[in-house]
Amino acid sequence: MLSRMTIDRPKTGQESGAADAFLVIRNVTKTFGTFTALQDIDLDVRRGEFVCFLGPSGCGKTTLLRAIAGLDQQTSGTISINGRDVSHAPPSARDFGIVFQSYALFPNLTVNDNIGYGLVNQRRPKAEIAGRVAELLKLVGLPEQGTKYPVQLSGGQQQRVALARALATSPGLLLLDEPLSALDARVRLRLRDEIRTLQRRLGVTTIMVTHDQEEALSMADRIVVMNHGVIEQVGTPEEIYLKPETAFAADFVGRMSFLAGVARGGGTVDVNGITLRCADDRGMAAGSRVEVGLRPEAIQVRGVTGKEANALSVTVEDLEFLGSFCRARLNAGGRLELLADFSANLMRDMKVEAGQTLAVALPADALRVFPARNTA
Amino acid sequence: MSMALDRPEAARRGISEQAVATTLIGALVVALIVIIAIPLWALLSKSAQDSNGAFVGVDNFVRYFSTPALVRSLVNSVWVSALATAIVVPLAFVYAYALTRSCMPAKGLFTALSLLPIFAPSLLSAISLIYIFGNQGFLKGWLFGNTIYGPLGIVFAQVTYCFPHAVMIIVTALRMADGRLYEVADALGTSKSRIFFTVTLPGARYGLISAAFVVFTMVITDFGIPKVIGGQFNVLATDAYKQIVGQQNFEMGAVVGLILLAPAVLAFFVDRMVQQKQVALLSARAVPYEPKPQPVRDYALMVYCLLIGCVLLAMLGVAVWASFIRYWPYNLTYTLANYQFANFEPAGWGSYWTSIQMALCVAGFGTALIFAGAYLVEKTKASPFLRAAAHFFAMLPMAVPGLVLGLGYVFFVNAPWNPLGVFYGTVTVLAVNTIAHFYTVAHITAITALKQIDAEFESVSASLKVPFWVTFRRVTVPICLPAILDIAVYMFVNALTTVSAVIFLYGATTKLASIAIVHMDESGATAAAAAMATCIVLTAIAAKLLQLALDRLVFGRMQAWRKR
Repeated sequence: MLSRMTIDRPKTGQESGAADAFLVIRNVTKTFGTFTALQDIDLDVRRGEFVCFLGPSGCGKTTLLRAIAGLDQQTSGTISINGRDVSHAPPSARDFGIVFQSYALFPNLTVNDNIGYGLVNQRRPKAEIAGRVAELLKLVGLPEQGTKYPVQLSGGQQQRVALARALATSPGLLLLDEPLSALDARVRLRLRDEIRTLQRRLGVTTIMVTHDQEEALSMADRIVVMNHGVIEQVGTPEEIYLKPETAFAADFVGRMSFLAGVARGGGTVDVNGITLRCADDRGMAAGSRVEVGLRPEAIQVRGVTGKEANALSVTVEDLEFLGSFCRARLNAGGRLELLADFSANLMRDMKVEAGQTLAVALPADALRVFPARNTA
Repeated sequence: MSMALDRPEAARRGISEQAVATTLIGALVVALIVIIAIPLWALLSKSAQDSNGAFVGVDNFVRYFSTPALVRSLVNSVWVSALATAIVVPLAFVYAYALTRSCMPAKGLFTALSLLPIFAPSLLSAISLIYIFGNQGFLKGWLFGNTIYGPLGIVFAQVTYCFPHAVMIIVTALRMADGRLYEVADALGTSKSRIFFTVTLPGARYGLISAAFVVFTMVITDFGIPKVIGGQFNVLATDAYKQIVGQQNFEMGAVVGLILLAPAVLAFFVDRMVQQKQVALLSARAVPYEPKPQPVRDYALMVYCLLIGCVLLAMLGVAVWASFIRYWPYNLTYTLANYQFANFEPAGWGSYWTSIQMALCVAGFGTALIFAGAYLVEKTKASPFLRAAAHFFAMLPMAVPGLVLGLGYVFFVNAPWNPLGVFYGTVTVLAVNTIAHFYTVAHITAITALKQIDAEFESVSASLKVPFWVTFRRVTVPICLPAILDIAVYMFVNALTTVSAVIFLYGATTKLASIAIVHMDESGATAAAAAMATCIVLTAIAAKLLQLALDRLVFGRMQAWRKR
């Protein structure tokens, strides 16, 4: 889909190694009246990195993106892009391209004019603009569509045009505000790959806001999980999924069963009288209330002899068929309840049925311990 | 502040872009204060002064309420307006019901018929009534000895004049019906009449209230109709005219003006309250109501609409017809003699051309000011305080009747301290006054059109380092062209037909056609007055047809991007 094209790399200023922070956010707070949308945000984004802001609606991710763009200025705190403090600069002085969920294409201008919109203002020669626009159209896989109007294009094509428009001026920073949310599921998957490939090739530092965990896991170099205006965790997709630091992050990304219990010290937690061994109890003081989390796919079923750590006898209460696997609700004598994903293979081999009793083990290194949430 | 000193080129331009927006909004606010707020203040302060300009508090009001003749006018105004309202609203409701809730044929035609009076000065219907029921009227006998000159004529003419406005408001209310409610009611086996009283009427309730207030205000502040057909029956609007023009009693004129302001301000707030409730009535998931054919009901409603439509047409047509008659009712041969305006009025055709000139100014400058102003208010982010102020002043004229605003202008422009006094009696002051008078509706139209545009266009432009005025020219204006044209035609038609605001402001060489009508009627040249009114009606309708043609033909071709 993407043609082999040479495209100017973004202006990078003084290169000082790949790991230098391109975007630095310090103590950014944003309040609307009495409502705090962002609270004391600190974040570094490296040059050329693809970062996703992930969180439920109202968590402040879009507010943070708009503060970075200068569209809604932060109440306090500083933002610098490429070593330059832009905390109080208007958007036009910040060097970024932006793509919105609504595409925001100018309906009365052709695709060519939309993409060239920022170039015309730089007073470049017509031929140069035309060349650049054609190049960008090829880049996003829409050659020959330049003379059409936005309404004549599909949603996915419109979003590609919006992407080309944002990249036209070779900005140092690309901001994507839920760019795929308005699209059909299939188009979304394809565009996801295209944006990722394009971003890698151009090496443009990119921030994408999304509420779709799958999107964030598959596209991002690093994910910033946000909730209630604060950052819950920053990490690679693997870190976020396998080693969530907070119960919220664990709950929001992927499925997890939570068991309320009390820390007993020495890597053990008591859950309704069942003692569970955890590889890492994260230094929870003995006697403190905790939650133990376990991904449904981590439960061990095959070859359980009863001698493993955390071996339990459970009853299969309920099976939910989900195509390639089944999600089971397991109950250990009414003392704890767990979700478990059984592959079709396992279902056949072990002849799992509702009401059956199974021996399972909860691997100690898969159990995550969190401080108890207030609501839980 | 941690502003970087070595700000690059782009940053400086960004700052200046913000500065440009702030300056423009500041200029807009100043302009609105000059053309709207200060004239109102002038009226207000005049009402508390004696003839020498000394402050006398409420003395003028005390004098007003202790003069029996003046109080009688107030009473007259109130009951005539109440009666006209009580007649118009039910008539308009049934008409609007037929347009929205029935399957009667030719709805387009009936909609057009109902809007007809908008294209004429209010006094045209009064002139027609004089031809029909006046001293020489062909149906005079139908009045059983009563005279049309007085409350009877005023109410009848006002009903015609206000009808389109009431219909428009109620149609809007009836359109906002959730079809699902009717399906649920049907599914529960509710009778038709019970559905009407439990679903239809409550749904239109706010529209009816709003229409009643609007009509009451229109009637009580209208000057043209009582002037032409009122005879010896005095109302507030004619009182204000007599006090100012006849007796040069400016203070008392100001008092009458302020009394006229009261119902308009009340109507304004009721309307705002009602509109907020009306919006809440219709959820985003509502499904529009689709009427099903019911032959008996549909034909009954069609007959009703036909009847009303004929009356409206007659109120326009009789005056038009009479303008071509040699000597009503004795010599009914056709002639163009009544169109030789120079024989009746010193200005002759000049006043018609003055009107056209003024209306073009209003349509041109007014539309540019209002649309650009609405853009600044709605789409820029500079100075929230100034934008809120601009919006407030833009909404103000809605609460100010034309007559009151005209009075305010008289006091404002003639004030000894005012350097703008040199404009008194010029087309400029007439145009500015008319722009201010009709500002609100045009402003709302512009804001509505702008709200429909993606809010992120300005953000995208900023990210591409394109200043907002380029996006305004290249994107916003082209997208909004139909709305801009709509505003221009609205301003043009109203500038042609308005009487009340400009009657105090014209000068010797700038008499408008609508004022010439009043004067020719006053001097007994009713046929010539009808002829001039005909010219205005035809021009206004031509402007509307031109707009429809432009919308369909030119924009259809130019704006290929609207179609898939």
